[in-house]
Amino acid sequence: MIDDLERLHDAGRQRVAAATDLDALHEVDVEVLGKRSELSALKQKLGAMDADERRSAGRRLNEVRSALEVHIAERRRQLESDARRARLAAERLDLTEVIDTTELGHLHLVTQAHDQLEDVFVGMGFTVAEGPEIETEWYNFGALNFPPDHPARAMYDTLYVEFGEPESTLLRTHTSPVQMRVLEANDPPIYVVCPGRVFRSDTPDASHMPVFHQIEGLVVDRGITMGDLAGTLEAFTSAYFGGAIHSRLRPSYFPFTEPSAEFDITCVICEGSGCQTCKRTGWIELGGCGMVHPNVLRNGGVDPEEYTGFAFGFGTDRLSLMRYGISDLREMFTNDIRFLRQF
Amino acid sequence: MKVLLSWLRDFAPFEGDPVALGDTMSDLGMAVESLDRLGEGLDGIVVAKVLDLRPHPDADRIQLVDVDAGDGEARQIACGAFNMAVGDHVPLATIGTTMPDGMEIARRKMRGQWSNGMLCSGRELALGDDHSGIFVLPSDTTPGHDVSDALGIESDVLYDLEINPNRPDAMSVAGVARDLAARLGLPFQLPAPSPATSAVLATERARVEIVDTDLCGRFVGYVLHDVTVGESPRWLANRLTALGMRPINSLVDVSNYVMLELGQPNHAYDLARLGGGGLRVRRARDGETLVTLDDVERRLTTDDLLICDLDDVPNGIAGVMGGEAAEISATTTDVLLELAWFQPMAVARTARRLGLRTEASARFEKGTDPEVLELAGRRFAELLGAEAQLAGGLIDERGDLPAREPVRVRTARVNQVIGTDLDTGAVAALLEPIGFDISGADDGLDVAVPSWRPDTETEIDVVEEVARHHGYSRIPRRVPRSSISGGLTPRQRDRRRVRNALVGLGFTEVMPMPFLAPGDLARAGLDDDGIDVANPLVAEESVMRTSLLPGICKVLAYNASHRHADVSIFEVGHVYNRPSEPDAVLPDERERVAVAIGAAEAPAAVQAWRSLAAHLGIGHSLEAAEIPGLHPSRAARILVDGRDVGSVGEIDPDVLAAFDVPGRVGWFDVDLTTLLAQRHGPEAYVPVRLYPSSDLDLAFEVDDTVPAATVEATLRDAAGDLLVELDLFDVFRGGAVPDGRRSLAFRLRFQAPDRTLTDAELADLRTRCIDAAQSALPATLRG
Repeated sequence: MIDDLERLHDAGRQRVAAATDLDALHEVDVEVLGKRSELSALKQKLGAMDADERRSAGRRLNEVRSALEVHIAERRRQLESDARRARLAAERLDLTEVIDTTELGHLHLVTQAHDQLEDVFVGMGFTVAEGPEIETEWYNFGALNFPPDHPARAMYDTLYVEFGEPESTLLRTHTSPVQMRVLEANDPPIYVVCPGRVFRSDTPDASHMPVFHQIEGLVVDRGITMGDLAGTLEAFTSAYFGGAIHSRLRPSYFPFTEPSAEFDITCVICEGSGCQTCKRTGWIELGGCGMVHPNVLRNGGVDPEEYTGFAFGFGTDRLSLMRYGISDLREMFTNDIRFLRQF
Repeated sequence: MKVLLSWLRDFAPFEGDPVALGDTMSDLGMAVESLDRLGEGLDGIVVAKVLDLRPHPDADRIQLVDVDAGDGEARQIACGAFNMAVGDHVPLATIGTTMPDGMEIARRKMRGQWSNGMLCSGRELALGDDHSGIFVLPSDTTPGHDVSDALGIESDVLYDLEINPNRPDAMSVAGVARDLAARLGLPFQLPAPSPATSAVLATERARVEIVDTDLCGRFVGYVLHDVTVGESPRWLANRLTALGMRPINSLVDVSNYVMLELGQPNHAYDLARLGGGGLRVRRARDGETLVTLDDVERRLTTDDLLICDLDDVPNGIAGVMGGEAAEISATTTDVLLELAWFQPMAVARTARRLGLRTEASARFEKGTDPEVLELAGRRFAELLGAEAQLAGGLIDERGDLPAREPVRVRTARVNQVIGTDLDTGAVAALLEPIGFDISGADDGLDVAVPSWRPDTETEIDVVEEVARHHGYSRIPRRVPRSSISGGLTPRQRDRRRVRNALVGLGFTEVMPMPFLAPGDLARAGLDDDGIDVANPLVAEESVMRTSLLPGICKVLAYNASHRHADVSIFEVGHVYNRPSEPDAVLPDERERVAVAIGAAEAPAAVQAWRSLAAHLGIGHSLEAAEIPGLHPSRAARILVDGRDVGSVGEIDPDVLAAFDVPGRVGWFDVDLTTLLAQRHGPEAYVPVRLYPSSDLDLAFEVDDTVPAATVEATLRDAAGDLLVELDLFDVFRGGAVPDGRRSLAFRLRFQAPDRTLTDAELADLRTRCIDAAQSALPATLRG
């Protein structure tokens, strides 16, 4: 009996090992351990044996049976794993042979710059205002304290349109008319930026376009001083350009602000050590600013004794030129897809 | 405005680093645009005498020059200039010299001939801009001497300053010095010339009358007699040259010198050639003409002011440019010198209308100092020295000068605006050094503004002066706490969503200029009624667009010509239409969004529009229509709540051809202002139904004339509340479907909120849908 068991054990192991797929293993399972297997037949014979023999033969029979069950289970796991591997291997794909069918869209650099600038100022508690691109002479000049025939008007090469009286309607030369519209429509406190498209009668060259973009800021509240102006521009400068970039004010002249200033920032190319871009000064001129002129506040219906304010403005296209090393402003407006899709 | 450090030092003892001095000027609002060190790097450049000139045997543009550099030896130089003659004295850069621009001079061969040094132009010596030829030296220089000694050149610093329009005082060397001295706490001293006068009296030799007193506030005349016009002294000529003016003769040079130094333009007339022996200041008559010194005939109007002689012959345009009639010449002996104050706006108008901006008009139009006239006259005579006799006395005619009232400056207001904590004394201490006359008042100061600061009229003007001299950089910075909450408006957020959705759909944003060429609108199939630009730069940019279509067509054509015909692009931009209200102050300006899909047909555009609409949560319908600029049978109006917000379809092939755009182009164009004003976005939550759903596919054969949208609406109506989804999933033509009809297959998904639908209910829904479609429409169910 014991010998038969040992024989069945050895033969069973060999047959399990020889099964090469799950179906064959199933057959082996039935034949070795099933009801009609030799092992089952031997179990029937146990009843005829005496007690001692039956105990030892019975124990051995159970041992052989469990051992074969373990072998079969192990073999099944292995065959299943092989089968899965083979199935997935057959599904192999070369992921570099994929054909691109979707073209990505891109926002224009002007939009990207304005979105970023708006976000910085929104974070500082500003809202965003807009106005028409075709403006009246009053909003563009008169309300901003440019008297008629004032030489300061000649600083702006104005494009006029044939609408109404001659020279009554123009393409706004700056975003400042939005200031006046905001002042008229709102009571202080006012914290607003106005990004937009502006126009000048400039022949296109590497740094000029007849159509370009600006952002304007206006704050009118009680107790606003030039110190607030300087501090706001400094906070903006480090938020937008990074902590290494600072700002400074230099006296200047604009009819709609007084005191007026140019504001410079640390050269973003050399960070102040001096280079070609900043003509070795370490600074680049960014824009104009100043305390809102009392006449402008009055024109906007605000009492300049009760409220003071500051305004600032600068061109935004140059920010993109500096950031991406674009040497010619005209390239930004060719609308060449090979340019646009780089950003 | 250019100034020399040495010239500034005539008025105040400026010391120290020239760069730091320049920084101080910038900090005062006189921005240093460039700083040049003059007269340095001239070591090794000596006076040489030209001995012989002969052609180069192998080169036309070079000649060979023999020079004597003081040692009696002839040195051969190859030179590219031809403006010198034998006997001339010229600057020679000897072997080993390092030029001001860093170039080192070595002995070298030019086309086979030795050159033992280089003869220099003015620019090469950093003495000016002239590079047209060799800088020929005066004949009294000595060969072998250093050029810098021979020319009396001392090392100097030249600043080029950007002067703001509100600083006429800084349009003069003395004015710059005054401002700078005040900031640095240095004593400032104007020249005090007291030239000797002859026994002749100015008032007996000449007469001046101001007819139009509103345009000429003051006219001072000096008479100079026994004038000999010669060459200016070298120091004076050098200063003029450094400031960019070419020395002409002693009279012209002194005139320019006085203008540069004191900011007072002036004009010398040949008294013998002035009819009636004097001048009359009057408005021009309409159409009156005058030939100015630049030999151009100028046609004038009654806005222009003329300087005429007493026979009424025009001699110049006041404040702008003189005429030829009484021009100074070599034979001039008696001079009437004009020193006047003209109304700034009038000068500005005239200069602008004539397109004639001169050094004089640039100063007059900003406002000159009416009190500097006598000083300028005496300075003129002093500088001319022995070359003229100054007649005694002066002619002084007065017109209307602006009244100058003292300005009350409240100390509290100064600090309120600047953010400083200055007391009244500190404010006064900043103003007095720049010539403001101070007297105390209850709440601050009464300030008398000096005559050279016409820009300073009100309290805020004085506040700016306080801030400027206190120093902008010394104002304590702080960030105001915004008392409102920042953010974008819903409209601004939506516009960003529109842009971002389109980018997500693969569209790239373009920004064509809003200008069009005449005829562009017509070529785009649109009404040719754009608003014109009155003064366009070029005709191609002379019409304001009324539609985004022409600009986009140009972008498509440009990219197609660079082998990118299949671009998908969009633009968000303004269009400008004539307003419907006749008395509107401004055009009807609207913001639109347009999308163009190159090498694609109308369905691609509909898909793009639907995706955008879905993204914004805007319900809409399409209604076939003929739309200008679009393909007549492939276009639809976009309706939102019955309101026309734009159109979708394909650009008319004729339009594409007119703009040289190849292939077909899908297009939609929406009025963003109107669109975003419509109700949009999700409102109340609709609970998700949890019971099992059932799908029903129905295909109908329908006439081509019946829009699929109508079939869909009919089905939706018939299906009722149990319908949760309805999709058109197949369109089929041909085969068993007769011509003029097509099969439309819809999938309907039904689901109840509270139960599983029974087979009987579904059968009933099916019948209702089929009946509705077949009875209401010319549609038949397909087996």
